[in-house]
Amino acid sequence: MFGKLNWDVIPYHDPIIMVVVAGMAVIIAGLVGWITYSKNWGYLWKEWITSVDHKKLGIMYFLVALVMLIRGFADALMMRSQQAAMAVGSPEGYLPPEHYDQIFTAHGVIMIFFVAMPMVIGLMNLVVPLQIGARDVAYPFLNNLSFWLFAAGVILINVSLFVGEFAKTGWLAYAPLSGIDYSPGVGVDYWIWALQISGIGTTLTGINFFVTILKMRTKGMTLFRMPIFTWTSFCANILIIASFPILTATIALLTLDRYLGTHFFTNDLGGNQMMYVNLIWAWGHPEVYILILPAFGVFSEVIATFAKKRLFGYHTMVWATMAISFLAFIVWLHHFFTMGAGANVNAFFGIATMIIAIPTGVKIFNWLFTMYRGRLEFTSPVLWTLGFIITFTLGGMTGVMLAVPAANFVLHNSLFVIAHFHNVIIGGVVFGMLAGLTFWFPKAFGFKLDEKWGKRSFWCWIVGFFVAFSPLYVLSFYGAVRRMQSYDNPEYHVWMLIAWVGAVIILLGIACTVIQFVVSYRNREQLADVTGDPWDGRTLEWATSSPAPFYNFAHLPEVKSIDAFWEMKQAGEFETSKPPYKDIHMPKYTAAGPIISLFATILGFALVWHIWWLAIASALGVFVSFLARVFNDDIDYYVPAAEVERIENAHHKRLAEANKQHNVRGNVQVGNLGVQS
Amino acid sequence: MATDTIGNRIVEPSDHGRDQGHDMHAHEHDHHDAGGMKVFGFWVYLMSDLIIFGTLFATYAVLVGGTADGPTPGEIFDLPLIMAGTFFLLFSSFTYGMAVLAMNDNRVGQLKAWLWVTFLLGAGFIGLELYEFQHLIHEGYGPDRSAFLSAFFTLVGTHGLHVFFGMVWMLVMLVQLQTKGLNDMTRPRIMCLSLFWHFLDIVWICVFTFVYLMGAM
Repeated sequence: MFGKLNWDVIPYHDPIIMVVVAGMAVIIAGLVGWITYSKNWGYLWKEWITSVDHKKLGIMYFLVALVMLIRGFADALMMRSQQAAMAVGSPEGYLPPEHYDQIFTAHGVIMIFFVAMPMVIGLMNLVVPLQIGARDVAYPFLNNLSFWLFAAGVILINVSLFVGEFAKTGWLAYAPLSGIDYSPGVGVDYWIWALQISGIGTTLTGINFFVTILKMRTKGMTLFRMPIFTWTSFCANILIIASFPILTATIALLTLDRYLGTHFFTNDLGGNQMMYVNLIWAWGHPEVYILILPAFGVFSEVIATFAKKRLFGYHTMVWATMAISFLAFIVWLHHFFTMGAGANVNAFFGIATMIIAIPTGVKIFNWLFTMYRGRLEFTSPVLWTLGFIITFTLGGMTGVMLAVPAANFVLHNSLFVIAHFHNVIIGGVVFGMLAGLTFWFPKAFGFKLDEKWGKRSFWCWIVGFFVAFSPLYVLSFYGAVRRMQSYDNPEYHVWMLIAWVGAVIILLGIACTVIQFVVSYRNREQLADVTGDPWDGRTLEWATSSPAPFYNFAHLPEVKSIDAFWEMKQAGEFETSKPPYKDIHMPKYTAAGPIISLFATILGFALVWHIWWLAIASALGVFVSFLARVFNDDIDYYVPAAEVERIENAHHKRLAEANKQHNVRGNVQVGNLGVQS
Repeated sequence: MATDTIGNRIVEPSDHGRDQGHDMHAHEHDHHDAGGMKVFGFWVYLMSDLIIFGTLFATYAVLVGGTADGPTPGEIFDLPLIMAGTFFLLFSSFTYGMAVLAMNDNRVGQLKAWLWVTFLLGAGFIGLELYEFQHLIHEGYGPDRSAFLSAFFTLVGTHGLHVFFGMVWMLVMLVQLQTKGLNDMTRPRIMCLSLFWHFLDIVWICVFTFVYLMGAM
């Protein structure tokens, strides 16, 4: 009846898990209670859960990512504490191998799939349609569905914490370890279905934004007038479309091995484990560029805005992005030089990998030259960017070292690899996303984030990063390998302790960000962004009010050059909010996405536990709820011009009041109203 | 006058040909344009689906030698049967083409008739494939016998599953043509299904060539 599921699968015996679960239960119960008490379920359902508004979806992606960041970071802290425990006289630490292996797997999976990816996709959602002067994405319903499929993956991976177990295989679940012979438990099955379901959502996002960027640009916005963040997102989406199907297929093959007894990756009957490693990295390497390219885009926007200069080398930036996107597909083998493909193959992939440093170097110089003789303001987004340039360059150099096949044979599987990729992922993706969060937060919420706590967060992160990860480079030269539950080498001790201290400093950085939210919310009146253009921005997202109205622009802007909004301000032409207004065609909110994904979540759970009747029933549920959507023709409506006028007038009124206050203090007029009157 | 969010503008009308030849600003209610964008997005989806097939073909190529003392490709393929199935599928592409021609002339009755013919040919193809699979499994050559057979069943079966979903889609469209008729919602769907169906034909030609013909040689 319930497949493999029974009461014994709940890990009662593990006090750590039980405490975490109890804590999570209390938080969830508190949230549910508060929403019920304040009667907000209807609001949540109508305004958020069923929303197809790209800005709200972007906010929800980012919110989930921040929550999962805390979960993933807790795993990191546990690992650092475990390895530091040997230094303080506890030879086996406090985590048994069984649990430790789940933690390093969960840490990797969560940080990549459920933190970095949703941050990148969330930022794309929030910013790209605004930057190209569109009112929504190409397929608003699919966008909502993508988010909820991603949420289904999040739910499954969190359920694995207290119903059963998670994979003990490392984040890419290499076969044959992940096969049924060596991982008979449900851990790998959770991994499979969480990634498969959320991966389908990611593929849909890729298609959606690819079409949005190609087809929905406003008048005059040719490809080479697009903001760099849009360009890098565009390339990232091409990478998604081209690489995520490989992941889908690879996981499907592993699924068949585990569920139907096929022999793709098994030790016997002709299976080939290296096929798995090749396939998973043929997806996995492009994946790291899916994460880093949009971060490059954020830094480009931040630097140009705060240096008050057009980005140096716009065209080279675009071509460098495209070059990286292409090279992303011909380097995957550098993840396993030790496979034994032979000197020539390794040489090809080693050289291809090193070549990526060239377009990346072009970008670094572009950012440096943009700052050169600019009037750089040292705001927190700029601090993140400067920290990125230094940290990422160092990480890039250790990457080139790893790309030398001969050196790689020594460094392979050591902590050097761990230090390297955290060097580029924290220094690149995390710094980029936190810069982007600070930069675009006012556009999402109508008030800026507190600068003081933002800067504190930055300093904790960058100091914490170097304190935590520099020792790992050192340790690798002592021979320390990755994924060690325990070790017996006193030379490691002091470095492990330093690394632990670094992790705690990063924890302080995360705490600063949380405090930053609280402080900023409390001071939202003083931090309010009345004009919609708090940074004297250059691109179209700043041409509308903050938070942007749900239709984005009352009139779609017309673009004549790169940095379109900046040029409009210089020319004094500004017409996105001027009467008379017209009816606006908008998509309707829909419950189809959350309902389909609810069935998908149940389907995943049923498949993990081999509850076949439930799997069939929920698969039917997915199908029927999708059909219901297909048969629904009532999917769009017109916002009447009068409603647009009311919203725009409210914005004008706030602007006028702000202007009056400024005039009293003898300042010049703010905002765009001056141009209109 | 109204502006539009779902397909607000075509910047480069010549960019992606086909259905977007007209600028939406010429229309007030431009669902045609939204339809054009649907078809374009579907092309992009097909490219991503093609990569799934590419992955499965690569896997097959790597594992085809992994017969584990079981049968080799040449020993188990029944080419006349496969040939019959191939003709069913190729001919169904032709009949779907006729269906689209009927749609372009707004002949709903003919459109439905051609969809039914296509459906039946697809069913014939699936029937033969199921017979082949059942026969192989009965002989002891199931997907768990060897890596080669795993890859064979998965590649051919994935294509078959696509054909099956195409047939379900056809039934849905037949119902929608009955209840809604031809309109701005159903036309692009018929076009997308057309792309899907021809796409599966092309994939099958590759399966037929690389798996069956080269295997039998």
